[in-house]
Amino acid sequence: MSTPVLEISNLSVAIHGGGDRAHAVKGIELSVGANEIVCVVGESGSGKSVTAQSVMGLLPKGLMSVESGSIRLQGEELIGKGDAALRAIRGQRMSMVFQEPMTALNPVERVGNQIAEVLEVHTDLDARGRRARVLEIMRSVHLPDPEHMIDAYPHQLSGGQRQRIMIAAALVLDPALLIADEPTTALDVTTQAQILSLIREMQVRKKTGVLFITHDFGVVSDIADRVVVMQLGRIVEQGPREEVLRRPREPYTKMLMASVPSMTPPTRVPATGAVTLEARNLFKTYGRRSFWQPKARVTNAVNDVTLEVRRGETLGIVGESGSGKSTVARCVARLVDPTAGTIAIEGRDIATLSESQVRPLRRRVQIVFQDPYRSLNPRRTVGEAIIEGPMNYGLSREAALRRARQLMMTVHLTPDALERYPHQFSGGQRQRICIARALAMEPVLLIGDEPVSALDVSVQAQVLKLLDEVRRTFDLAVLFITHDLRIAAQVCDRLAVMQRGVIVEQGATADVFANPQHPYTRALFEAAPGRHQEFGSGR
Amino acid sequence: MADLATSGPTIAAVARPGASARALRNPGVIAGGVVMVLVVVIGLLAPWLGTIDPTAINPAARNRVPGAEYTMRTDSGERIKMIARFGTDSLGRDIYSRVVYGARISLLVGVVVALISIVTGLFIGLMAGFFRWLDAVIMRIMDGLMAIPAILLAIAMVSLFRAGVFAVIAAIAVPEIPRVVRLVRSIVLSVRVEPYVEAAVTLGTPTAKLLWRHVLPNTIAPLIVQGTFTCASAILVEAILSFLGIGVPPEVPTWGNIMAEGRQVFSLYPHNIIYPGIMLAATILAVNVLGDGLRDTLDPKMAKRV
Repeated sequence: MSTPVLEISNLSVAIHGGGDRAHAVKGIELSVGANEIVCVVGESGSGKSVTAQSVMGLLPKGLMSVESGSIRLQGEELIGKGDAALRAIRGQRMSMVFQEPMTALNPVERVGNQIAEVLEVHTDLDARGRRARVLEIMRSVHLPDPEHMIDAYPHQLSGGQRQRIMIAAALVLDPALLIADEPTTALDVTTQAQILSLIREMQVRKKTGVLFITHDFGVVSDIADRVVVMQLGRIVEQGPREEVLRRPREPYTKMLMASVPSMTPPTRVPATGAVTLEARNLFKTYGRRSFWQPKARVTNAVNDVTLEVRRGETLGIVGESGSGKSTVARCVARLVDPTAGTIAIEGRDIATLSESQVRPLRRRVQIVFQDPYRSLNPRRTVGEAIIEGPMNYGLSREAALRRARQLMMTVHLTPDALERYPHQFSGGQRQRICIARALAMEPVLLIGDEPVSALDVSVQAQVLKLLDEVRRTFDLAVLFITHDLRIAAQVCDRLAVMQRGVIVEQGATADVFANPQHPYTRALFEAAPGRHQEFGSGR
Repeated sequence: MADLATSGPTIAAVARPGASARALRNPGVIAGGVVMVLVVVIGLLAPWLGTIDPTAINPAARNRVPGAEYTMRTDSGERIKMIARFGTDSLGRDIYSRVVYGARISLLVGVVVALISIVTGLFIGLMAGFFRWLDAVIMRIMDGLMAIPAILLAIAMVSLFRAGVFAVIAAIAVPEIPRVVRLVRSIVLSVRVEPYVEAAVTLGTPTAKLLWRHVLPNTIAPLIVQGTFTCASAILVEAILSFLGIGVPPEVPTWGNIMAEGRQVFSLYPHNIIYPGIMLAATILAVNVLGDGLRDTLDPKMAKRV
């Protein structure tokens, strides 16, 4: 066997200045061969990104440093090399693709120049030669019309196109090693599928070794040759994909895989309770043509949406970013005013009520947001957050606190959490607090706007279980917004698929999954990562 | 699966050091703060620091250099020997006493201008940021105010009303308000879309309470920082106005007035300008250093932006 492209042995990275552990990673042993994709998978804080940064020599200065171990690129030791020596290697023999293509590209530089910059630094090509090479690599990453796009600015491209530019810049010099740090996490599922197949195609064509960092087991099962599972800075398990995914040895790997929701919806009894939410012909339009602005751009964020949710039922709205699914939720919660249509909560239309008219009715609709780090006021204790709502409706402080203590038990937290501040809790715990805050209002409709999307997969499973519990206990109607088909399959009784503001398909979850009618729904299912792999067997 | 309450990550027991504790360790805050406290103490204790009446004219002892001895008559008619520590001006007034008493006016102007502009600007900024229909109207008025040069506006206001400390304060405060309004408005615009503010809306929290509880606390740190800079610039503008002879009446001892008095005889008797100048420069430097330190510790985001 020839020398591996990348060989990391006994790597330990120390964290300076406290924190909850002394080492970001410890005792890392892994290798990437030529023409091989190695997926490093783990939850947040597992040290997977730190591993990638140490290879590139990009550890945050003053915060972390390599303590011991060796990193060899094609047999050449990288640790101890100076900045200049590393710069000569970066871009030429190893390169990196980041998660967020918008921030990784310079917004005021034409994308062609950003690719050409790599050539300018590392080769003797003249301007014309560089342009030819840039066009060639842009063509090979399947960017449409490279002759025009070479002079475009990043904001003129879509997220997927930007990520293609990043990949083109990374691969233009045929590096031996490509490090991809969650390159598809910020992308929609259909775009993600295209980028994954592009990385695969480029890797095969150029025989590149790829170190692919991800948190998504679906992506792993689509793209990996070998899998490395990390937890809290250590490697838990590694091996060929089939072996790790089919016969995981370690309990942590088994737990992670069991936490990934299955794509097969369970059988469900249709809900027959009273209709709690009935939205009819809902429109939300941004921008308006007027006498002064006859050419103003008009966007139909929500276009003629009609849906209903019954007591005890969960309706899922799935769709990609910009499909208008969150806008529907925000209209129903009256955080934005719908342009037209009716929203009846238990028969009473709230769509056109003024703010003062709608305020007494607000307690009946509660919402849990996506970002657990921003949904709680950092300056107020958990207790104050939970009693704020009930006290607005005239409950005394004592009674509200008593109720808050009970609710803490309901969401499986201890009542003494009430005196603490949000920053003392993890993301999953904060999301539990947000659920308790919503329940304190005794709502009839609970909206979850991507409530688990920011959470690690094992925490995700716990919060979803809790949401299911409270739905049963309080007989709630739930409107569940998500982009994740796996979660939708497990959580929702019925599904509405949205695309560009329109509901293109609506029906019982099992029917939609078994027999999708609309081409867009079928495209979504086709793009779902790891659709051929069965997860969630432990549930 | 085990419950999160038992198996989840442990709740962090140690809180981060508070912003105020960090501020008190910042060298800029310490240095600037010490000088400011010193100036405040000088201003407060002025009568007990060996001063005489700062407005008392003594024609017999005009233009004495620092350290010179001279005699003066008290009200009861006795003659006493004095040492002019900082010299006397062209009317024979003791410059040391005038500089010490001048600290009072300068601090009064600085602090009151900062308070007025911040309180008014905070209120208007909250309204502009939170009520979209008010925003356009308020911000156009503020743009208008900003288009007027501050000193010109001050000149106009002082000539409209009788010259005096409070006319000067009003004249300096008005052009400062738009800056505070812009700052507060930009904070409100970013905070009002935070999920926790939206959550409070769905909890039925009345607007006034919402602003007070969830929006206002975010503006405090930047406003403290803005306040120190406003204070420094107000002290400076007051000195400029007095120097130009359109501020506080000339008999009132302010650093600007002392320098204005000394301007004609500056080449012969530079002490007229040097001592108040040193005090003015030291005070403004101290306030600015204090403000920089506060900004670095209270508002790290802003420090990066500047």
